[in-house]
This record gives sequence, C-alpha cells and structure tokens, in this order.
Amino acid sequence: MPKLSNLSYKNQRILIIFLFSLVPLLLLLTFSYLPVFKMFQYSFTSWDGLSKKMEYVGLENYKTIFTKPEYFSVFKVSLYYFFATFVQMGLALYFATILSFNVRMKNWFKGILFFPTLLNGVAIGFIFLFFFKPEGTLNTLLDLLGLGAWQQKWLLNPHLINISLAFASVWRYMGMNFIIFLGAISSIGSDIYEASEIDGANRWHQFRHIIIPSIKRILQLNLILAVSGAIGVFEIPYVMTGGSNGSSTFVIQTVDVAFKYSKLGLASAMAVLLLGIVILVTILQRVLIKEEK
Amino acid sequence: MKKSKVMAGLMGLTLMAGLFTGCSSNNNAENETANNKGNAGTNTEATAAPEGDAAKDIKGEITVITQRTDIVDTVFKDYAAKFNEKYPDVKVNFEALSSYEDQIKIRMSTDDYGDVLLLPTSVAIKDLPDFFEPLGQMSDLEQKYTGLEERSVDGVSYGVPITVNFSGVIYNKQVFKDAGITETPRTMDQFMTALQSIKDKTEAVPLYTNYAAGWTLTQWEADLATVAGNRDYVNIAQVASDDNFVKGQPHYDLYKVLYDAAKNGLIEEDPTTTDWESSKADLANGKIGTMMLGSWAIGQIKGVATNPDDVGFMPFPTNAEKVLVPLSDDYNLGVSVHSKNKEAARAWLDWFINESGYPTTEGGGMSPVKGAELPEILKQFEGTEVTFDTLAPAKAGEEGWVDAIDKEAQIGLWQPDFKKVIIEAAIGNRKDSYDDIMKDLNDKWKEARAKVTAAK
Repeated sequence: MPKLSNLSYKNQRILIIFLFSLVPLLLLLTFSYLPVFKMFQYSFTSWDGLSKKMEYVGLENYKTIFTKPEYFSVFKVSLYYFFATFVQMGLALYFATILSFNVRMKNWFKGILFFPTLLNGVAIGFIFLFFFKPEGTLNTLLDLLGLGAWQQKWLLNPHLINISLAFASVWRYMGMNFIIFLGAISSIGSDIYEASEIDGANRWHQFRHIIIPSIKRILQLNLILAVSGAIGVFEIPYVMTGGSNGSSTFVIQTVDVAFKYSKLGLASAMAVLLLGIVILVTILQRVLIKEEK
Repeated sequence: MKKSKVMAGLMGLTLMAGLFTGCSSNNNAENETANNKGNAGTNTEATAAPEGDAAKDIKGEITVITQRTDIVDTVFKDYAAKFNEKYPDVKVNFEALSSYEDQIKIRMSTDDYGDVLLLPTSVAIKDLPDFFEPLGQMSDLEQKYTGLEERSVDGVSYGVPITVNFSGVIYNKQVFKDAGITETPRTMDQFMTALQSIKDKTEAVPLYTNYAAGWTLTQWEADLATVAGNRDYVNIAQVASDDNFVKGQPHYDLYKVLYDAAKNGLIEEDPTTTDWESSKADLANGKIGTMMLGSWAIGQIKGVATNPDDVGFMPFPTNAEKVLVPLSDDYNLGVSVHSKNKEAARAWLDWFINESGYPTTEGGGMSPVKGAELPEILKQFEGTEVTFDTLAPAKAGEEGWVDAIDKEAQIGLWQPDFKKVIIEAAIGNRKDSYDDIMKDLNDKWKEARAKVTAAK
C-alpha cells in the first residue's frame, strides 16, 4: 500500500499543495468559468431558458442589441450611480482619515459606519422603501427639523428617484470603501506623522502630503471597483422599484429579458456585452491613471 | 396565485446562478424529447386513476409541490390525512415554494421536481410534454372538467386547474353607498363618474393601482374579454389582427380606464410606494374604493375585513353589448414525467381536484369540476345579463401564439411594465401621451406577429 511517508518531503509538499488547491480551483471552475463559458454559448442561441431545444442563431442577438436604442438608453441611469461613486469615496476617505487619528469612541463609529455592509441588499431595499415613503422616515424627519417645505415624494418624482436610489446605494457600499481606506491608512507608520508634526504640519498637510500619496494604489483600486459597480447596479433599484419610473438599469433589463420574456439567449448576449464594457472601462482607467504619473 | 414581492431581488440572483448550474443536463435532452413525443400521442392511459378497490393497491411516496406557503403545514396536512383514508399506502410529502414560478423553473432543469406540481406558466405550452405526464385525451377529460384548453397540446391534457378564477372589480360597498352610487356602474363612463364621486364625497382612494407591487397590475389583462364582450377575442381575434392596440380595440379601451383614472387623480397619492398587503385591509375597511383583481383575492380581503359583507365583486365596466366575466385557470396541477410513483401521483391529483374542496375553499374561485355549484359571491348575478364563460381556445395550429407574439415583442401582456408606463405618463412623469404608448405597443405587436405567424 502506498503511504504518504514513502514519498520524499518535496513530493509530499507538492501533493498536499495540489490537493489543497484542487478544491478552490474546482469551485472556481464550476461556479465562475463554466457559467461564463456557457453564457457565451447561450448568447448565440434563441434559447428560452427551459426548453430542451436550443436553436443556434449566430450573431442575431448582438444585432438586436445594437440596432435597438432602447437597450442602451438605460445606461443614462448608471451616470447617477457613477457620480454617487465619488460622493461615496469622498465620504469614505473623510471618515477613514478622521477615524485614523485619535478620536473619542473611535471603535463605536467604525462599527456604525461599517454596519450597512453587513446587511443583506434586499433588506436594505425594504428599509429605504420605507424611508422614502410619503409619510416615511425621511419626510417625518424633515418635518421634525422644521423643514417641512422640503418634503418630497422621493420615488415618484422622476428627477429625484435615481438620486434617492443612488443615495441608498452610497449608504450601503460606503462602509466597504471606508474599511479598505482605514486599513491602508493604518499601515502608514506613526513616525512619519511625528516627524511631520515637528516640521509644523497640520492635519490638512498630513492628509494632503502623507495619507493621499501612501494610499494611492488603494484609491485606484476602489475607483475601479466603484465604477464597474456603477455600471452593474442591480439589487437596490430592483428591490425598491423593480426598475419602474425610469430607474431601470442595464442589469435589471437583462434580468427582465431573461425571466420575464424568456429570452435567455438575448439576455446572455447582453450579459456578455456588459462584461465587455466592464473590462474595457477597467483597462481604460488603468491606462489613463498610469499616464498621469 | 398568492404572490409576494419578498425576496424578489435575491431571486433574481439565485436564478442566474441556478440556471447556470442546471444547464449541464442539456446533452441528453434531445433523446428525451424524442421519447416523450412518442408518449404524448398513445400512452395516455399510463397514469389513469384506478377505480374502487384498486385504490388499496396504490403504494409509494410522493412529493407534492405547492405555492401555498401559508397553509402547507395546516390545511395540506389535513388533506393528506383525508387522502390516506382512501389510499392508506401512499405517503404524501409537501414542499411549499415562496416564489413558486421562479424557483420551480430552476428545478425543472433537473429531474427532481416532485411528483405532483403546478405547471409553471412560463413553460412554453408546446414544451409541456417534455416535463409532464399526459393526463388523458382532452376530449375525454372535457366531459368532467372545465378550463383544460389552456394547458393542452395536440388534444392531450397535461394539467387540471386547481381552481377557476373570474376577474373584475373588487369594491367596497360602503364606500359606494357613501359616494351616493346606488347602482354598480356598467359602462366605462359610468365607472369613471363613480370613481369621481368617490373622490368628491368620501375620503377613500377611488382606484388603488398597487403600482409598486407590480404583478397586481397584470390583473387588468384578465378583463380584456369583458371589454371585448366576446369569448373569442383573446385567443382567436387578437392573433388574427395587426391592430391590437389602436383606438376602438379592447386593449386601448381597457387601459384607457387606467390612464384616465390616474390622469384625473383618482388613484393613490404616491403609486411608487404602494403596499399590497396593507391595501387588502384598506379596501376591506373603506379606505379604498375599488381594485382590479381576481376572485382569488376576495377571500383574502374578506379575511381582514371588520365587515366582510362590504366586500363586493362586479364585472369590469364595458361598452360591449354583453357583460361577459371571463373564467380562467389558476395554476394547473400536473404529474412530473420523472415521477417514480405515477399512479400515486395521479391519485393525489384526482383526489385534490375532486374531493379536497380546495378549489372553492382555499382557492377561492370556482371548481373546475363540471356542474359544481357557483360560489356565494356570484349568486347575485344569477338571472342578470352578466354571463360567466371560459375563453374560447385558440384555433388548431395557433396554440400559444398570443404568448409567443407577446414574448417576441416584449410587450408583456401579463407583465406590469407597460401598465406602469401608462400610470407614469398619466401622472406626468413621462412625456409620452396615451396614444404614443399604444402606438409603440402596436408597432411591436405587428412586427412580432409577422415573425411568429411566418415561423409556424
């Protein structure tokens, strides 16, 4: 019988490394690469998602998407989330900077800020649905503050709905950005601050000349994540409005095409396209940011 | 058809994941299709329920999948007990899915989707033989049940409706009385006047759209036959016409009611934040005048009313000569082709439809069994001009065309989308007029119809 101990130490190591990485690799293949591969395959068919027959239609689906402007017009909505991204990063950076210095109840604030990230997106959708109701939290709050005149029907007004939804999105994802920034800022040695203080630097100087340059990489990373996030917005508008009243995004549209109208082939083509756009934007960002240096 | 929007978002995500994992079974799908095609024509006796003493011989364990999460542990347990009195050797297990349509669709890409289940409406009619056991020739079963035509392929039935619904306006009688409406409005003009007087004379919301829930808006589509005043319209006349959404056609008139009501401020103040669950109580207790729903909702609304007698039903307003209330299938019950105990599964199906009492009690509609008594709320219409009838089935060779055109065009007759657009336009959130919306729908219809009719 072969025994593990019969192998040389080096071979044992190789075997164990191989066995251990087998599991995650298998999971990765099954749940990431195979589906993506299948998605490419479906995008060339007119499959309805259930039928046992799959008809190959070539590039027909892609043609449909590119010839009908209605499929692309929803990207306008992504702009709201794109701009909200900067608000989100700004706030996250602001809080991360403040909380990296000595502040009273520091950990408590960290907890508060990170908390939304732990909540389920669907739950957040329901919370904010109540928040934006005509007699909901936000309007009640405005009334209490004596700002009754500012009360709005936040989800009814076509000019406000996407801003309201983007706000909910900022609330949800800021915690994640915040914690990443905080981690990056914490890695800056305290001696640098001390040295700068001796040189007479104030907090702003420290932020401008120590913190920002040190976390530049992380800033870039967060920006890329946030922008591709803005393109692929889904849960919050889907749960809160189902994409109605002009709040539909490209992903909601894709899900609708796939499951409301049973055009899985077309929806796959849309998903492939979205994947392409995200990859393109990421590459573009990297190239542009590099050139700046 | 108790649906809920809860978890809708998550479902979307799991659906994506589920689809991908489920799809590997497609390789041998071709063979299976071929086999099933063979079955469909000849082997219709395979699962027929035996008579008399033979009941004792049926053995096995079956799993019944239902959408009724609310009563699966109570009422359904009692059903199982009663069922076992007749079939002592059959063990019945239940599984309730909260978002039935979405979840069952994922499971149906595998072989394991229970023994007895509801036929998902999203399965194309022509694909039913791939997934469900034939229950018998439609011409035989027709003697016994109504509503079979919606889920039959080539004269073979694959499902029996768990209840037969009728659709129209559910209203609060007290609100009508307070508004000074003595007779229930019959025509569209009378209806609009009635809504206006509810607004003028009472505190109630005249017409609650339930915009946010979305699926509630699809209930309007069920009233199409009433507006047309013709049982042939939906499945026959509609597919024969390129002008489905032009002025004067039933679709145009039907949704004009919605548009006008919204435009004249006769709907809720903020449609985007409506709440289906609380709307039932509000209608029951006089805060809402009317809602467009099906009979299945009557029981639920009465259940939360302080005075259940206030809840009334009337046909959708129509300018047609005849007042026709269409009867339509709820979900159909069928047997999985992969079931290991098909006899037991069939026995449950027959027992559930004929003897459990579900269609009228829990289902809240009419029994699909021919000759069954009318529900209480409909007795007021006996001897009036109001008739109840099923829709005429599509012409031979044209089965499923309405659905096929609808999906191809992405109109969504049974989806909330364009109804939402109509409301948004009416309250001024969009620039398009009602005619713009209808023209757009009609263009889509025309294009898709050409494609579908050419393909067949």
